Amino acid sequence: MTEAVTRDNSSQHGVPYTPVFVGARRKELDELFTRYPTKMACILPALWMVQEEHGWVSDEGMAEVSDVLELTPAYVKGVVSFYTMYNRHPVGKYLIQACTTSPCNICGAEDVVRAFLEHTGCSDLGVTSPDGLYTVIEVECLGACGFATPVMINEGFVESVTPERVPEILAGLE
Amino acid sequence: MATTVEPTAVTQLKTVTLTIEGRQVTVPEGTSILEAAKRVGVLIPHYCYHPALPAPGVCRMCLVEVEKAVKLAPSCVTAAAEGQVVHVHSEKSREARKGVLEMLLINHPLDCPICDQSGECELQDFTYMEGRKDSRLRDPKRFNPAEDFGGDVLYVTNRCILCTRCVRFMDDVAHDPVLNVSERGDRAVIGKFEGKDLTNMWSGNVVDLCPVGALLSKDFLNKTRAWEIDRAASICPGCTQGCNIMTETRDNMVVRLQPRPNAEVNDYFMCDYGRLNYRWMNRQDRVEVPMVRRADAGALAAADWEEALAVAATVLRGKRVFVAASPSLSNETLFLLSKLMKDSGGAGTFTVPTGPEFPLPGVEDLALRTDRAANVRGAELLGFTRVDSPLSGMADGDVLVVADTELDNVPSEQIARAAALVVIGTVLPECMRTAAVVLPVANFAEEEGTFTNLRGQVQRFTQARVAPGMSRPSWWVAGDVLSALGHNAQYFIASEVFSALASEHPEFSGMSYDTLGLRGLKTAGEQAHAHTAAGV
Amino acid sequence: MGFPFKPEAQETPILSQHFGNRDTISLEGWRNAGGYQGLEKALGMAPTEIVDVVKNSGLRGRGGAGFPTGVKWSFMKLDDGKPHYLCCNADESEPGTFKDREIMRWTPHALLEGCAIGAYAIGAEMVYIYIRGEFTEPLLRVREAVHEAYDAGILGPNAMGQGKRIDIVVHKGAGAYICGEETAMMNSIEGRRGNPRIKPPFPAVSGVFGKPTTINNVETLAAVPHIIVNGAEWYKSMSLSSPKSTGSKLFSVCGNIARPGNYEVVLGFPFKDFLYDLCGGPLPGRTFKAVIPGGVSVPIQTMDEAEATKMDYEGFVEQGSMLGSGGVIVYDDQQNMVKQIARIARFFAHESCAQCTQCREGTAWTTKIMERIRDGDGTAEDLDTLMSIADNMTGKTICVLSDSCATPVVSGINKFGSEFEALIKKTTFYPVTAAVA
Repeated sequence: MTEAVTRDNSSQHGVPYTPVFVGARRKELDELFTRYPTKMACILPALWMVQEEHGWVSDEGMAEVSDVLELTPAYVKGVVSFYTMYNRHPVGKYLIQACTTSPCNICGAEDVVRAFLEHTGCSDLGVTSPDGLYTVIEVECLGACGFATPVMINEGFVESVTPERVPEILAGLE
Repeated sequence: MATTVEPTAVTQLKTVTLTIEGRQVTVPEGTSILEAAKRVGVLIPHYCYHPALPAPGVCRMCLVEVEKAVKLAPSCVTAAAEGQVVHVHSEKSREARKGVLEMLLINHPLDCPICDQSGECELQDFTYMEGRKDSRLRDPKRFNPAEDFGGDVLYVTNRCILCTRCVRFMDDVAHDPVLNVSERGDRAVIGKFEGKDLTNMWSGNVVDLCPVGALLSKDFLNKTRAWEIDRAASICPGCTQGCNIMTETRDNMVVRLQPRPNAEVNDYFMCDYGRLNYRWMNRQDRVEVPMVRRADAGALAAADWEEALAVAATVLRGKRVFVAASPSLSNETLFLLSKLMKDSGGAGTFTVPTGPEFPLPGVEDLALRTDRAANVRGAELLGFTRVDSPLSGMADGDVLVVADTELDNVPSEQIARAAALVVIGTVLPECMRTAAVVLPVANFAEEEGTFTNLRGQVQRFTQARVAPGMSRPSWWVAGDVLSALGHNAQYFIASEVFSALASEHPEFSGMSYDTLGLRGLKTAGEQAHAHTAAGV
Repeated sequence: MGFPFKPEAQETPILSQHFGNRDTISLEGWRNAGGYQGLEKALGMAPTEIVDVVKNSGLRGRGGAGFPTGVKWSFMKLDDGKPHYLCCNADESEPGTFKDREIMRWTPHALLEGCAIGAYAIGAEMVYIYIRGEFTEPLLRVREAVHEAYDAGILGPNAMGQGKRIDIVVHKGAGAYICGEETAMMNSIEGRRGNPRIKPPFPAVSGVFGKPTTINNVETLAAVPHIIVNGAEWYKSMSLSSPKSTGSKLFSVCGNIARPGNYEVVLGFPFKDFLYDLCGGPLPGRTFKAVIPGGVSVPIQTMDEAEATKMDYEGFVEQGSMLGSGGVIVYDDQQNMVKQIARIARFFAHESCAQCTQCREGTAWTTKIMERIRDGDGTAEDLDTLMSIADNMTGKTICVLSDSCATPVVSGINKFGSEFEALIKKTTFYPVTAAVA
């Protein structure tokens, strides 16, 4: 499967990193620490917080997580790279994840993906559109096979997507 | 040490008896089938398992057939059980391992001709033992670029079989998790974090642990082929820990030091300081002939051994002898030198270069020690005094014997206080050019002997390369000097000197090269101490 | 018809009775629908009594393995002085399966109730509900439900005012199919890579954080309150074929079929009726070709096999497959099985955790060969190689992901060999559109 890769987002890399775990987020994390017997167990939630704040998990983000959880950055990176939902590169304002696993594939998922690429102006899977709005990637089973083709747009879930519905869905994002 | 599974004498362990390849073996409960098989001489091929590391059971190479079990068992993580019948070489288990080998090789570049590991590679060995003779891969191979991991370590990604020994060493033994498994599926590689290099003092061990050519020593890179290497069992001279090593030479040059397992001292490991500190053994600015200062000519001139020893005897006879010795000389040489000083009512000193201590947290009592010399304990036991300034305690009019130390930072006027200077050494620094006689000796890599480590472990080291020119082993030269002075000290091999030491010195009582073997023994004092500690 | 349609008379909607009903999402609505009676009753029973009731009901794990739930619970030693954990497996990732998603979307309190009863029965004070990260709506619903339950005193240090501590934490996954494997899930909760662990030790001895742990599927736990309220005999009486398969089961149906959705039937229901009556049969003008009845990990069935199947644990095995997770994927005559098996292999290659050699390398190699055959560049030897690789990948690894990748390949070659041969002989059977990826 394709992961989000950056080819034309270099400008976003230049932005200085703002720490996540201060103020409310820090409180949220401290609260989480009480729910698990180890700090390490909070790594997935902590990484989610980083992604929610920054849209992706940068090396600086991993380093910050390693600091607050008393782990090494290499360990955090090993964990981050295991889980596909953590973006390791900046993505567009709308990250469009279309399921293409077999059940959706036989219901026309490939056409849906093609339609998204066409209508967003993304040159390829994983490449953010020139306007910085969209990144389209294929993902493995989203667990909504009866509603083929399901598409995740950021945190939102759109079911039964057909190529015809794509322009309308994109228009509804604004 | 913490990582061994040997039964301890104190606790009564339950045992189980099983049959492996028709051979019956009794092992403590909890022993893996793989370890049990080792005891009856059966090698079960494996990659991820290493006795010093926790077993993850991931390479699936050590699959064996256990009668009455449904599936093949990964022998590294399957405990031996009473009455088990294990088949290592049955059709079923061989086929399974053949399958693993094929999988490991499909994306491997098969670049043995340019791989440093070639000749000591477990992937090669096991493939020759039981692999397929051809590959069925018709598709393009995966490619990943090599990566410099920092320190002395280079990662050649394409050769990696992801056994994770390196990751587990850094996590569980070095307690410095700078390596990880990155990505997943067939994209997985060993990774590190950008900017966090493999700079741990013990990180070189990952190169030894790597069963294939994925992690390589940059220092050793492309230096020689494994089959061109000569190996000599030795002891690391880098500090007082006394890690057991192999001194590896090619064409009479030391090219690599590698750890040699010894559960009493260093488990399977050695530090990078010791590992990379070998170039001095190949020094080319050596004193190769004996030299004397003849009455007619003012300068040192080459002589034969007979003349040189005669001059030495003349200089030393009847004088109080002060010995400035290196704490990295063998017990044998220090023993003979101590006779020289004691008989004359003299004294002996040594200085020790020091540095910060670097422990290996996962192994009990293993560290790169502060004292960076091999035989500090031995020198102390043999009557030498540790001092900060090498010549402190030397009386005016003493004959100064400098034994294999360079007297760095000692002002020449101090040396001039001696009645005469006798140099027993490998090199002749400027400050010692006033010597009456220079006796050239072999260095550590060129002779054999024993060291006593900081815990009193007396351990043998053997000769790895040939000494240059006319130089002779230091114990031989010291013995010859004593003989020239009328002592009965005609020794022909190092073990004779050690026997003499053992018969005279209670700490070494009863020891011989035979009883020391290649693992060594504790001095009498340490043995008594260990007994008290164990409450026996 | 099952959700998203109204249930049909042949269905037995127990877990699914509120699907599509917004009223039962909230605590109040759930209480009005009779919710939390099971928990109340359970807290008045001894833990061993609950375990016995569940044991007698014949309830088996709905996640895929089908292990008897009561027996699993009985492995937890109640008086060992260690903290116990219950993990709820809501990492529903098996392609073809989307039943737990609906339980969590429409009846999140049913899950919490089941979790609380389960926790009490195994002596656990902490429950981790591991929900896959892609399930944004179920995550939201369950999290809200947990808040409500804490506020109402159903959870917390004095659960339902009965003096027992029951805490529930929702743990959000981050995109890894393998975390649905119970030991991988425990590693993931601990903050590690989701690598399956070697068993033994089994979770009941050393599970999450090294403590005794039980892992149950969402559907399993959601069924528990009903069993507690209505009794073991009631549940056990629901069985149409094998006495070893009792109760109702949710089947997710997807693929080329008229009415995809979730259907709840009593185990032992005839698969033929299920496919043609409940689910409406094939799309107009098409015919069914193959069915994968339990998520992509189980063997593919031909229609002859499928139509002869009784839908229970034993029935699917008799007809060359497995019940698995209950994710029914239907392929019709428009589909090329080689292409679909290649796609399934690719799924497993993407999801392999990379620990075991056979799986890491084998899933990727299988995918390469399958895609090459799909693209018309295969040879007859490739089929032998595929079968041989599949053999190497079966029964030799820590978990069954490797076996799961081999299964559709082997069953595909055995049952749909002509489609492979057609591609190998380069007589185009199916117009392969240029791959998007």
